[in-house]
Order: sequence, then structure tokens, then C-alpha cells
Amino acid sequence: MDNAIASSNLGIENAANFRRLWPVCALLLLLALVPVISTLIGAPFLIRVFTRVITFAIAAVALNLVVGFGGLISMLHAGLFGIGAYVVGILAQHDFNNELLFHFLPGTSDLAIALPAAFIITMLASAIFGIISLRTSGAYFIMITLAFNQMLYYFFVSLQKYGGDDGLQVLSATTIAGFDSTSRIPFYYICLAILTFTLLFVSRLVESRFGLVLRASSQNERRVIAIGISPLRYKLVAFMISGAIAGLAGGLWTNGQQFVSPADMSWIRSGDFVLMAVLGGTSFVAGPVVGAAAFLLIEFTFALWTTYWQLPFGLLIVFVVVALKHGLVGAGRDALAKLRWKQHG
Amino acid sequence: MTVALFVEQLMNGVQFGVTLFLMSAGLTLVFGIMNMINLTHGTIYMAGAFVAATVAHATGSFLLGLVSGVSGAALLGLGLEAVILRRFYARSHLDQVLVTFGLILVFSDLFRMIWGPVALSMPMPQALSGFVAIFPGVDYPVYRLVILLAGLAVAVALYFLVSHSRAGMWVRAGSSDRQTAQALGVNVRLLFGGVFAVGSAFAGLAGVMAAPLTAVQIGMGDPVLILALVVTVVGGVGSIRGAFLAALMIGIIDTFGRVLLPAALGSMLIFILMAVILALRPRGLFVVHG
Repeated sequence: MDNAIASSNLGIENAANFRRLWPVCALLLLLALVPVISTLIGAPFLIRVFTRVITFAIAAVALNLVVGFGGLISMLHAGLFGIGAYVVGILAQHDFNNELLFHFLPGTSDLAIALPAAFIITMLASAIFGIISLRTSGAYFIMITLAFNQMLYYFFVSLQKYGGDDGLQVLSATTIAGFDSTSRIPFYYICLAILTFTLLFVSRLVESRFGLVLRASSQNERRVIAIGISPLRYKLVAFMISGAIAGLAGGLWTNGQQFVSPADMSWIRSGDFVLMAVLGGTSFVAGPVVGAAAFLLIEFTFALWTTYWQLPFGLLIVFVVVALKHGLVGAGRDALAKLRWKQHG
Repeated sequence: MTVALFVEQLMNGVQFGVTLFLMSAGLTLVFGIMNMINLTHGTIYMAGAFVAATVAHATGSFLLGLVSGVSGAALLGLGLEAVILRRFYARSHLDQVLVTFGLILVFSDLFRMIWGPVALSMPMPQALSGFVAIFPGVDYPVYRLVILLAGLAVAVALYFLVSHSRAGMWVRAGSSDRQTAQALGVNVRLLFGGVFAVGSAFAGLAGVMAAPLTAVQIGMGDPVLILALVVTVVGGVGSIRGAFLAALMIGIIDTFGRVLLPAALGSMLIFILMAVILALRPRGLFVVHG
């Protein structure tokens, strides 16, 4: 009897999980089919476009951990993305020139070393920026992270050794654990695998005790403090994880483009990341994936029509902020619910 | 560093600081009173420069350019406030950032449509293009000196306006406690519009004054906007006095940092300074809100 109840409860839970998860699975499956479709219809550039989509999606999902669940609007994530991107680029350049970094570290073109390095270095950078920025809150936090983003930008602009304003070309043939990583399709699936893993990780994190404290402190910090938890530590760790994943995305970006420049980390790009998260819906873990895809595809199509694509795009942003409270995913969910309700009633 | 070079760089720093103050004044008041993050402030700066450059070219008069640039910027600010931004005072900071971010994109394309992608130049007025000896061995450009003095004059005027006039009293009241000020009969809607227009006029003035020294182009407002945000945060949001001191400090330190330090460190110096100040005083040098 008890077992029956338990199993039926489990059934309900599974059904709820299924209802929640099938759109994400469908989305990932769709992304997995992109190389197949692009080969079939003879449009290889689609793989390039969607590699960009996935790279940005990883960064936006990471950013949304702090924006959507931590209530911290970071305008620093393009900078963190850029740190990761430059770690991969600089390591590859030192490998190409066969020259030691800081006179003792050999460079590498192997992503199996460069990507974890990007991840760890960005995490350390996020810790430093996080400790200072998290002393403030609200609008101050936005402005400070924005200023730090520009600091990183100017730092890389003035690094003449690594191309300065002109950026840094990756000249060596990059590999991953010895295998060639420059060919498009395998690299695409590597990015997709990292996105899938990121989604799994972030959704587990958000549901965990850690995520509960993080979400609670974004809603009412005083109450969290009153029950004896110091939210600062949670916010800092979330910021570090979020930054590290953004740095990882940056590393993928460098490999995908074989190029990195300070333009990749300007504050406009930070705004773009926030926008991707909001466009998709900040209350959904996978929302930013939809947001990144929509953002880049809209940008892509507008740019085909007109050189003045920023104008309609900017108006679209204003519209989304005014009209869509829970982003595209929220709008889709509401539409589905309405449909279902009509069918039943 | 010789004394002459020191004096020259100090003057450059003060001049830069004064320009930054003109930008930050509007930003800090709008943020302090309306609790609104307005990223379009850089666009308004740019608008001042574009309008002034166009009018100065067409008429050959710097003065006409100046007047039209400043009033154009004020009108743009007023229009933006009345049509769009007003609706976002009560929204979250995230919405404010995104909407003003979207507007930046819209306006940079509008400007590109109107003026084309090539940078304009603003002619320097003939009378101000010489040099003047301000110190034995230091010949300083007259134009930069005029900017410095004009900026200081405006700063002093603004100080008196804010701290010794009735309108200024409303502004201060609104800045430290909006709701109480409203309850005591301050016409907040009018006040907001006025603050926005005056802040925009200052941003436009900063743009016009910078125009002969730099290329007038799309995106010219971005670096200034970011520095003005730094000034606002360091000075304490809503504080004119704080903005003035922070602007001077940041202008001078940035100028010397670029001359004395290696490029990578020099360009980061003010941000490091901001980090240190905020680590010690998270709400800036002068706290207005209670």
C-alpha cells in the first residue's frame, strides 16, 4: 500500500520532471542535429553560427546563475569571458613561438590543458573581483562590475606583447588531448557537450541547499542573515563558479575563432550577455540558451538585411523589457498553458 | 619629471576632471533622485558633440555650435525622459540597464544614418587656438585653459544652484528622501524633468568642449560614460560635492598614471583606485542617503 502511494507519487514527480525537462532535451537535440542539417542542405556556415550560439549560451547560462538566481546583475562577464579567451590565446602563442611564459611555464596548444587553465584562472580572477564588488549591492554592484569590465578591457588593449588593440591570432594548430580540434564538426560537439554539462550542473546547483540559500538571499537578504547564514560566502562562491564557466566559454570562443581581441570583452558584450539571459528568461536554467540563440539569430538575420541592424534590435530590446516579464521561455510556457487549458475546458 | 611637465600634466588632469564632473553631475543627480541608472548619458554627450560640430561647420561660428549642441543635448534628454525613461523609474535596475542599453544601440544607428560612419571634426575657434604661458617654461593651449575655467565656473554655479536655491533645495530633498519630499509638496514630476534636462545640458556641454580635441564619432561617449559612472560611485551617489572631488581626483590620477606608469598599469589605475575606495567605503566618499 505504502509502496503503491510512493510509486504513484514518484510517477507524479516523474511526470512533472518530464514536463519541465522535455523542452530542454528537445532544444539540445535540435542543437545536436545542426551539423547534420547543415551538411544535408549544404550550408556549412551554419555550424560556425551555432558554435557561436553555443559558446555564448554557455556564458549566458553561467551569468544567469548570478543574475537570475543570485540577484546580482554582473556587467563583468564579458571581461571574465575575455580572460578565459586570452588564457587560451596566450598559451597557444607561447607554444607557437616556443617561448616560456613568465620564464618558466611552457605554452600549450592542447585544449585539454588550456581550457582547465582558463577555468581556474578565471575562477581566481572572479574571486578577487567578487570580494570587492560584493561589498556593494544593487545598482552599485552593476556600476562596479561595469567599471571592472572596462579595466580588464583597457588592460588587454595595452598589452602590446599580445597584439594590444589588434587582438591575438592563434597561429598554432590547436588540439584536444592530442586530437585535432580545429575541424568544425567535432569541435561543435565538444562545445555542445560542455553546454549540456553546464546546464546539468547549474540546475543541480540551483536545486541544492546552496542554491536555496542563494535564491533566498536574492529575495530577502535580511531574513537569511537572521536565520544565521552569511549570504556573502554563498554569493562569492556563486560568482566564482559563474565566472569560471564564463571563462571556459571564452576559451572555447578563442578556439572557435582562432582569434581573440579586446573587442570580445567590451562592456557592450557584457550587456549582450545580460540581455541573452533576460531575453530567454532569467528564472529558467536553460532560458539563456534560448536567449543566446534568439539574440544571435536575430542579429544575424537583421545584419543580412541592413547595415543598420542595431536600430531594430535596440527597439526589440526595449519591447522585450516592457512586454515579456519572464522572457521567451516564460512566454512560450504561458502560451502552452493557455493552449492546454483551452483543450481541457 | 620636471616642474614644467608636472604643471602641464596637472593642468591636463584638472581639465579632464572638470569634463568628467560635467558628465557625472547629471548622472549622480538622476541616480540619486530618481534611483535610475541611465546609460544613455553617453549618447547625450555624443549628441552634444555631433550637433555642435555640424552647426559650427555650417555657420562657421563656434559659439552657435556650442549653444545648439548644449540645447540639443538638453532637448534630447528631456524627450527621452518624457517618452520612455519616465516609465522606468519604478522598475528594477536590471530593466533600467537593459532599456537604456537598447536605446544606446538605437541612437548609435540613428546617428550613423544621419551623419554617416566617418568621424566628424569640430573646428577650434580661431581666438582660442594659440598658447599662453601659465608658468615659466610652460606654454599651455588656450583652448584647454578655457575648458578648464569654463568647467570650474559651471561647477561653482551648479554648487550654488543646488545648495543655495529653492530648486536646489527640492533637488537635495528629493535626493535624500524622495517620498518625504513628495509628501511635503514638491512637484516631483516637474523636478525629475528639470533635473534630467539640466544633467543632459551638462553632458552636452562636456561633449561640445571635448569635440575640438577628439574625433566626433559614434561611441565617443562610451569611455566617458564608464568613467563618469566610476566618479559617481566613488563620490557617493547623489552627491554633487562628492562627484566634483572624485572627478578631479580621477582626472588628475588618470593623467599622471598614463604619463608615469607602464601602459597596462596606467590604464587600470583609476579602477584600482575605485576598488580601494569602495573596499574602505562601499557607499562612496560622501553618503547622501540616510
